[in-house]
Amino acid sequence: MNSLAQPAKWERWLWPLVAAALLLLLWNYSVAWTRTKVFPSPLAVERGLAELSRKGLMWAYIGDSLRRVALGFGAAAAVGIPLGLTLGWYPAVNQVVNPVLQMLRPISPIAWIPVAILMFGVGETTPVFLIFLSALFPIVVSCVSGVSGVPAIFRRAGRNFGLTAPQLLARVVFPAALPQILVGLRIALGIAWLVMVAAEMIAVDSGLGYLVIDARNSGKRYDLVVAAMLLIGLIGLALDLCFRRLREIRSIRWGFRDES
Amino acid sequence: MAVPVMTQLETKLSAEHIHMTFTRDGKSTPVLNDVNLEVAKGEFLCIVGPSGCGKSTLLSAIGGFLSPTGGEIRIDGETVRGPDPRRIFVFQERGVFPWLTVEGNIEFGLFKLAREERARRVAHYIKMVGLVGFEKAYPAELSGGMKQRLEVARALAVNPDVLLLDEPFGALDSITRLIMRGELLRIWREERNTVIFVTHDIDEAVQLADRVAVMSGRPANIQKIVNIDIPHPRDISAPRYLELRNGILEQLGLAHQI
Amino acid sequence: MPHRLIGWLRPIAFVAILLLLWQFAVSRSSTHLLPGPLETLGGVADLVRHGLLLKYVTASLFRVTWGFFLAAVSAIPLGLMIGWYRRAEMALNPLIQIFRPISPLAWIPLAILWFGVGDLSAVFLIFLSCFFPLLLTAINAVQRIPSVYVNAGRNFGLSPAGVVWRVLYPAALPQLITGLRITLGVAWIVVVAAEMIAVNSGLGFLIVDARNAGNRYDLVVAGMAIIGVIGLLLDQGMRSLEKAKALRWDYSED
Repeated sequence: MNSLAQPAKWERWLWPLVAAALLLLLWNYSVAWTRTKVFPSPLAVERGLAELSRKGLMWAYIGDSLRRVALGFGAAAAVGIPLGLTLGWYPAVNQVVNPVLQMLRPISPIAWIPVAILMFGVGETTPVFLIFLSALFPIVVSCVSGVSGVPAIFRRAGRNFGLTAPQLLARVVFPAALPQILVGLRIALGIAWLVMVAAEMIAVDSGLGYLVIDARNSGKRYDLVVAAMLLIGLIGLALDLCFRRLREIRSIRWGFRDES
Repeated sequence: MAVPVMTQLETKLSAEHIHMTFTRDGKSTPVLNDVNLEVAKGEFLCIVGPSGCGKSTLLSAIGGFLSPTGGEIRIDGETVRGPDPRRIFVFQERGVFPWLTVEGNIEFGLFKLAREERARRVAHYIKMVGLVGFEKAYPAELSGGMKQRLEVARALAVNPDVLLLDEPFGALDSITRLIMRGELLRIWREERNTVIFVTHDIDEAVQLADRVAVMSGRPANIQKIVNIDIPHPRDISAPRYLELRNGILEQLGLAHQI
Repeated sequence: MPHRLIGWLRPIAFVAILLLLWQFAVSRSSTHLLPGPLETLGGVADLVRHGLLLKYVTASLFRVTWGFFLAAVSAIPLGLMIGWYRRAEMALNPLIQIFRPISPLAWIPLAILWFGVGDLSAVFLIFLSCFFPLLLTAINAVQRIPSVYVNAGRNFGLSPAGVVWRVLYPAALPQLITGLRITLGVAWIVVVAAEMIAVNSGLGFLIVDARNAGNRYDLVVAGMAIIGVIGLLLDQGMRSLEKAKALRWDYSED
């Protein structure tokens, strides 16, 4: 839009590859030039990944991380969506509850760790709880915003056709708010993925986050550290892309008119 | 403020001594002041007035979305207490639900009917408003005029007694507007609902209505009711048409001087 | 009673009820580990008395300020440029998308490797956590500027630099400020996490230390409460910036 020449379609593949290639070259040569014994070269990272795969650890850890995220995120959605819809539907209630939410929000999920450990002990529940907590707020906020953003004209039409309040909520308010709710879910998933890494670094002994810390602590295996980071990045991206796909559904697409 | 009494035709709607005052932050604004209106069954009535004069408020009250501060509105003898599918509001095309297809929108109000009856009605009204071929399309794929037709179809599908239209063609270009007026008349002749149509466009009112109720400025009441005695189809260059139109213009001109 | 004060009454009443419930639940529980609100206040008072409150809050704020500031001055100009040139965006977007989901905490081993344990590591982590969101905000802000504005600028004979300074930057500013506010919130969250793991002072450190050195859960919860309050203040501060008149043109919904 803003530069004068319109790029061709094939350039969509060319430029990212060029950038990635440049990055890899830069990385490789800076490792070689500084003769660092510790920081891995791209090749070392690749070999590290192969090693993990051979030992069966790679898929096991990925599975563990995904499972925790699925549980925590799922619970957050199951609690957050009804809660958010209710708060959005009754603005009086929201006015009362919102300041409390705003105060709890900045408290990092990590800061909750000691309390979580106190309540659940060290084990599977703690990371899932932390993920649940951190995903809950964006979901609730986006549901509230989605519901209150439904144009009054839709609610009016619904009432005009004789819908009762529950019917109105299910057949008008919810579908109208759905695009906004999806945005919240997508953001929440991103946050859940970040918090998962943090929670695993501290409270469990498997998973990608654990791998990052463990690889360093037990032998300074920075090649595995970077390999783990790479996996975290790629899988996080894949999760986000899945959500973007949902936007294509036609009964939701109307809410995303000018998003890139 | 004399209202001609409907003797030959059955009265569908009567509004008596309607007052509407809005209170906000301690300030009260009177919007409607002693509005009286009678609408016959199957009649096409237009309400005209300048923007902000309260005609939309009056229509909302008739639809049951607002309660008048004073006075009573009765439809078929029953006092209006809230929204009801027997009197459907038609907004500008932004009232169609974007997450439903054309079919989905039209059958929205038909949830109490059996499936065959629903399908039959949907097909009937799609044909009537001229949207055949677009059954599975979403509103985002339709033009403004088509969305407006969709909204009319959705309203008609529940077979309401009264259709309330609030400047429905306001967002359309003038050519589409002319076409839509013809369509609306055609549909009305088939369905013969009672129609109350609010507009600020005097030409539109004189082209469409059996009677035109001219509202004054705020606080509004009905200044005059003009009988449009020209049979359809109306020639918009005929002297009688222009005479009636100019009459209303003058009427409103007086209103502006208060 | 003025209208606005009444608006605050109900939320305050709700908070008061929650605090009472909390106190009640704690006094009824058999284990006396989790503190109630009164104990927490005692913890806060304790911190003040030992001069630690101010010291820790300052340490945390210091790291946030530096990391956030460095990220802003590097990410925003870079993002504006990338958003402007389509090819640059095409080239860099996939890479940015891969780096973004990597939690700043996953960078800790590398941070310690490069910067050792200390302030610099913490600042680096905060910088990282703010950089990518701000970069994406800037790119997005530029792309959403209606081309009519840019064309008008060119029509009036502005040089490219003039277009950037007098059209792009003001047009993008409201969205940038919202992005800055949200990212500041993120920075505040990350600083706590970073401090728990990588340094020896600050509110995050307080939480970990209070627990490890004697199970002082009253200090742990006191720390959490203080984190919450400061986070809220930072957010409100940024919101009032958003309301500044010169920027109000974009918030038609407010």
